[in-house]
Amino acid sequence: MKKAIEDLPLQKFISMHPYILGYFAPLVKQFLSKTITLGEWIRSLTDDDFEEVGMDRGQTVNYLQFLIRYFEERGKRTSVKTITVIGGTNKFGEPENVVFHVSAGEIICIVGPTGSGKSQLLADIECIADGDTPTGRKVLLNGQAADTTLRFSTENKLVAQISQNMNFVIDMTVWEFLTMHAQSRMVAQPSETVENMMVCANDLVGEKFSPDMPVTRLSGGQSRALMIADTALLSDSPVILIDEIENAGVDRQKALSLLMKEEKIVFMSTHDPLLAFLGSRRLVIQNGGIAKIIEASAKERDNLSRLQNMDVFMMQLRTRLRRGDSIDEKLYFSL
Amino acid sequence: MKLITIAGPPSAGKTSVILRAAEHLSAKNRKIGILKFDALATADHLLYQKAGLPVQYGLSGGLCPDHYFISNIETGFLWGVQQQFDYLISESAGLCNRCSPYITGFLAISVVDSLSGAHTPKKTGPMLKFADIVVITKSDIVSQAEREVFAFHVRLANPIAMILFVNGITGQGAFGLSKCIEQAPESIAISGETMRFTMPSSLCTYCTGETSIGEQFCRGNLRKMRIAE
Repeated sequence: MKKAIEDLPLQKFISMHPYILGYFAPLVKQFLSKTITLGEWIRSLTDDDFEEVGMDRGQTVNYLQFLIRYFEERGKRTSVKTITVIGGTNKFGEPENVVFHVSAGEIICIVGPTGSGKSQLLADIECIADGDTPTGRKVLLNGQAADTTLRFSTENKLVAQISQNMNFVIDMTVWEFLTMHAQSRMVAQPSETVENMMVCANDLVGEKFSPDMPVTRLSGGQSRALMIADTALLSDSPVILIDEIENAGVDRQKALSLLMKEEKIVFMSTHDPLLAFLGSRRLVIQNGGIAKIIEASAKERDNLSRLQNMDVFMMQLRTRLRRGDSIDEKLYFSL
Repeated sequence: MKLITIAGPPSAGKTSVILRAAEHLSAKNRKIGILKFDALATADHLLYQKAGLPVQYGLSGGLCPDHYFISNIETGFLWGVQQQFDYLISESAGLCNRCSPYITGFLAISVVDSLSGAHTPKKTGPMLKFADIVVITKSDIVSQAEREVFAFHVRLANPIAMILFVNGITGQGAFGLSKCIEQAPESIAISGETMRFTMPSSLCTYCTGETSIGEQFCRGNLRKMRIAE
């Protein structure tokens, strides 16, 4: 294996693994001739060339093999069909006495006062707790405990997060940024995926945005929409934690159906009744523990459709405001 | 005792990350000591003291912080042994991207800030490339997409490191880091060990106090910038 990659022509090697250029980035100016093999090129560099950029010649070939294997294996991850949470204790040490399973395409809501322990539950799920976090909860994937590498390593992350506090900080246009993200995920046809994400994201917001807009100039709603579309279509994390997206100016229902359609397992911390009723169940958190689990009842579902009408009503008003209309007629709405 | 060397650019969140991880280690009744290396001034030792962690700190002043670190690490190590710590954590600021305070056989952790930009990992030298663990901070305020892109670039810069996201404020991810710290190799002495990478060097007139500008004042190990045509 070691011999094989060293004997490859440099140009061929790079076209097979274009991301490798990122590893060689500091040495790139040294690509003198493209007809030589990888091994010849490495040998043509001096120890000083490597030291100058803070790299070690001896590691290079091993590191390249490691990277190639790493990205190959990343694509082969087994899918998560169910998550099981086995209760631990609340902050008084009282047992939670709960076990629940969540399947792909399901939304679970988490409700409770500020400081009650919602974030700890999300953190337990995020680190696939194994009875070793402060709550003593256990989280199983497909019915089994996860191994340590899966638990803590970042790129195997099972969990993607979307929260109100998140922003784009990178100095790039929407198109450039999405393309960069698609490339980092080794997507075969980045432009197709990016196109798709643009359509999805614009479908979630009132005010459309173009791909040449800098990501840092997107409005709060547009940013959130882009994050949701990107997470749904590009992130391979099967689990999504959503922390308070109520006032984001995003069509929240459409956003959630998009995530469900992509077979994500969604945990959503919320105080918004509309969102809470959209979930199949909700966990009530008190004193650091899961105090009870409420199944969405037929009556609640009935209320959901009323709340949806109310939501549509508010959205229409928003659209009119944005258009510059006066809203001076007597507003009338009944559930 | 397990010595863990932690380095990262200023304001990346090194102290917060250490404090959050130390909470998990202390909860298991482990004894932790801190060595804080800084350049001109530091108040971080107060944070460690407040958290009940014994701390020693040193300021490099007019010297290269990296050289200061390596010439004092043995003294710090001996203090740790004498205090019978389970873990001795050294924190040093990487003021230039060329810093490399890691020692072969001792756990090396680099802390980088996800706000520093997607291209920062490839511009960062041994401080990132030779670490065993790369901790990415402040990722709660950037989008999931940016986090993934940033981690990807860290992976390319350091193919074999374990990459962890740790939130220095809420402590999210610190538990995972504490588990990794528990796996750090045990050691009884540091004398005779070697660094993973050479330190940045310079030996010129400016090292010895020269302040004037001009060709006639530049002597010693210097390098001239080339202006492109």
